[in-house]
Amino acid sequence: MFEIRIHSRGGQGGVTAARLIALAAFRDGKHATATPFYGAERRGAPIIAFARIDEDPIRIYSQVQNPDLVVVLDRTLVPVVKVLKGLKPHGAVLVNSGHAVTLDHQRVHHVDLTGIALAEDLVIAGEPVLDTPVLGAIARLGVISLESATKAIAEMFQDPRNVTAAERAYRELVL
Amino acid sequence: MKIIATGNYAVAEAVKQAAPWVIAAYPITPQTEIVERIAQFVTRGELACDYIPVESEHSAMAACIGASAAGVRTFTATSSQGLLYMHELLHWAAGARLPVVMANVNRAVGPPWNVWADHTDALSQRDTGWLQVYAATAQEAYDTTLMAFRIAEDERVLLPVMVNLDGFLLSHTMQDLATLEPGSFIPPLHLPHAIDTAHPAAYAPLTGPKDYYRFRWEMERSMRDAKRVIAETEEDFAARFGRRYGMTTEYRCEDADVLVIAMGTLAKEAEVAVDRLREEGTRAGVLRIRWFRPFPKLDLAGREVVVIDRDYSFGFGGVLAHSLCSTARAEPYSVIAGLGGQEVTHGDIASFVRDRRPGEEHWFGVKADV
Amino acid sequence: MAPIPKEEHILATTSACPGCSSSLSLRYILKASGPDTVLVIPASCTSVIQGMYPHTAVQVPVYNIAFAAAASCASGMSAALRRAGRGTRVIVYAGDGGTVDIGLQALSGALERETDFLYICFDNEAYGNTGMQRSGSTPLGALTTTTPAGKVHPKKEIDRIVEAHHPPYQATAVSAFPVDLYRKVEKALTFRGPSFIHLLGPCPTGWRFPHGKTIEVGRMAVKTGAWILWERVHGVLAVSAPSKGPLKNPVPLQDYLGMQGRFRGIPPSLVERLQGEIDLRRAEVLREAGEA
Ligand SMILES: Cc1ncc(C[n+]2csc(CCOP(=O)(O)OP(=O)(O)O)c2C)c(N)n1
Ligand code: SF4
Ligand SMILES: [Mg+2]
Repeated sequence: MFEIRIHSRGGQGGVTAARLIALAAFRDGKHATATPFYGAERRGAPIIAFARIDEDPIRIYSQVQNPDLVVVLDRTLVPVVKVLKGLKPHGAVLVNSGHAVTLDHQRVHHVDLTGIALAEDLVIAGEPVLDTPVLGAIARLGVISLESATKAIAEMFQDPRNVTAAERAYRELVL
Repeated sequence: MKIIATGNYAVAEAVKQAAPWVIAAYPITPQTEIVERIAQFVTRGELACDYIPVESEHSAMAACIGASAAGVRTFTATSSQGLLYMHELLHWAAGARLPVVMANVNRAVGPPWNVWADHTDALSQRDTGWLQVYAATAQEAYDTTLMAFRIAEDERVLLPVMVNLDGFLLSHTMQDLATLEPGSFIPPLHLPHAIDTAHPAAYAPLTGPKDYYRFRWEMERSMRDAKRVIAETEEDFAARFGRRYGMTTEYRCEDADVLVIAMGTLAKEAEVAVDRLREEGTRAGVLRIRWFRPFPKLDLAGREVVVIDRDYSFGFGGVLAHSLCSTARAEPYSVIAGLGGQEVTHGDIASFVRDRRPGEEHWFGVKADV
Repeated sequence: MAPIPKEEHILATTSACPGCSSSLSLRYILKASGPDTVLVIPASCTSVIQGMYPHTAVQVPVYNIAFAAAASCASGMSAALRRAGRGTRVIVYAGDGGTVDIGLQALSGALERETDFLYICFDNEAYGNTGMQRSGSTPLGALTTTTPAGKVHPKKEIDRIVEAHHPPYQATAVSAFPVDLYRKVEKALTFRGPSFIHLLGPCPTGWRFPHGKTIEVGRMAVKTGAWILWERVHGVLAVSAPSKGPLKNPVPLQDYLGMQGRFRGIPPSLVERLQGEIDLRRAEVLREAGEA
């Protein structure tokens, strides 16, 4: 089983990103689940969401303890939340950032999702949309196929710029 | 069609297929998406029904009762405080023999406020005369909702059905879902006692001690008959659509020395624990209780049993554990875990089994010396 | 008039959404009532805004109670406190859903029994805590998650319902005029028996406007006459200062609706109808206040 934990703030689309991952994996012919973990807070509070992908039906409902991939949509969470907690020894980390980042001496993958969203004019209620571009970056890491990622996005969103943004993040991810 | 959907969406999709004429519901976390989805279906013309945005759950159930008494199919959904606020009318719907179907998204009850998964809401309504069933996957929530309409409306039953799904864990987790066209699986509703001005009658009038008990006995007889109706319905469902559930579902139970018994998502997660325990050499299995009312007939005499209750009856014990003590001759290790969304992993469930002490009760998280 | 006290009884940051008008309102309400106050809170955004155990953002006792029950709970509390010889202020701070829908029966009972308390309805015109479903207080035409094509029923007039119970003090307020709110709470608490304040609460999340515009939206509600500030003392109506000008020279309603995403796509015929209703209401208020 491949397990993903996404860190974001309420309103940034972490929950939707997890749902898109699950949908893309499902379109890849796999089983997948996506679960948000909501606290009681309002917009802007730290939120985690999980996605699981497997060849077999998934029977686990508890939170992901040892992720294979951690995604951080908002870098300001790094000092506040233990984003690397439980990460598998060879697990990967993907951070929304325009420049190289190290976390706990570990180099991580980065891509400027915010920049891409702004460049593509993907802004809702003043907030750049991160949930669709991040799918491209995750596809680049081989977790889901790019084809299914774009299919999933097109299924959930009408605006074609979402797909363009994902393709851009796929190309621009710094490994 | 194969889609992915949360438990809430799965229920809403099933309701769309069952096409009730009247839906009255009131929002509450974590059920809200069901109501919102249905409101969308109705607005977009995908579901031809009167959706009544009532001002409380008491009114939601009362509106369903009124509509059902007029002989049409009805549905509502709620959770926790909302279910408790309906309490009086839950008795009413059942006593009036109305086949209302309701989804209840299991959530803790206050105080203190807590919006996460817990079975105390539904289990505290167990004596109202409603059939109760607990789903463990989005697919099962979907399939069970469809079956619920047919079972409730069967002339041998004519009692309301509550389909339960764990708050957030199931209501908000996206999973695979195969939707279907029920076709003739749910026959049209013929309510024999629907109001009819051609045959005027008084409904639920004052009834004296000489007669009252007979109405109660009729309810119980229907509850007993419901077991047969459930079996037939599940059989027909399996024949048409290829999925089978049952009063209980079993996982690796045939040769098991110890059984984990639970309801809802915890019982699904327990399957993973059982796989692990078997690797360690412990022959364990999972017996998942699906239908809680009517309660399944089991015999657990002499079996080693670990029962996990996501609920509690104060001054008494875990509701499921004690139900099994009194009906199935079980002497379980009773674990109280997952209250108010307390995190319980398959690893935790495996340790409940390893550390079992038959006949004792254990509150997960509470230190032994407290 | 005494100056507004410096002391705060609620923390500067709460768990509310950025730009929420409720935190601001609570700040002024508590300044007016002082520390000898109990807040009675039914299920609502305020259940979250106050913070999560073991923390709280409010420095007076907050008594959380079931959604339908705030006014009756306050009845019991007020009776007990008065019997014990204490003047502690009992303030219900409920949402519109908790007031005009599920809590209406309890409110009516408490008003009729002349309960000694202040009831404030924080009206963000929908069920905010559960993610913006329609309430009886949602205006005609507004988009909510349960009215995806706009609400088809007009807003329930809770003020007329309350008025029919003849409370000694009744007022409207909006967070954008906090001093007006402060004075009204202060005044309400001088009466023995029930008082009622209907507080319009612009909600960036639910009304879909940028969170820096909360004050502007509230002011625009007053400028257009969509929200009229008044108070009614022993049945006598007086228009409050911020509404005096707008009642005679309002700006078009569209200026208020256009600021909010929840009115996007509202048909012009509906805007006309809403404008017509507001014009009628303005005339009524002016006539009743003897200013026509
Ligand atoms: C009996 C009952 N039904 C439903 C709920 C769920 N619920 C909690 S708050 C809320 C909406 C509150 O709306 P409102 O009173 O307008 O306050 P707001 O959140 O907008 O401040 C609902 C539906 C509940 N807690 N109890
Ligand atoms: S939903 Fe609206 S009223 Fe509720 S906390 Fe957010 S901004 Fe405030
Ligand atoms: Mg409200």
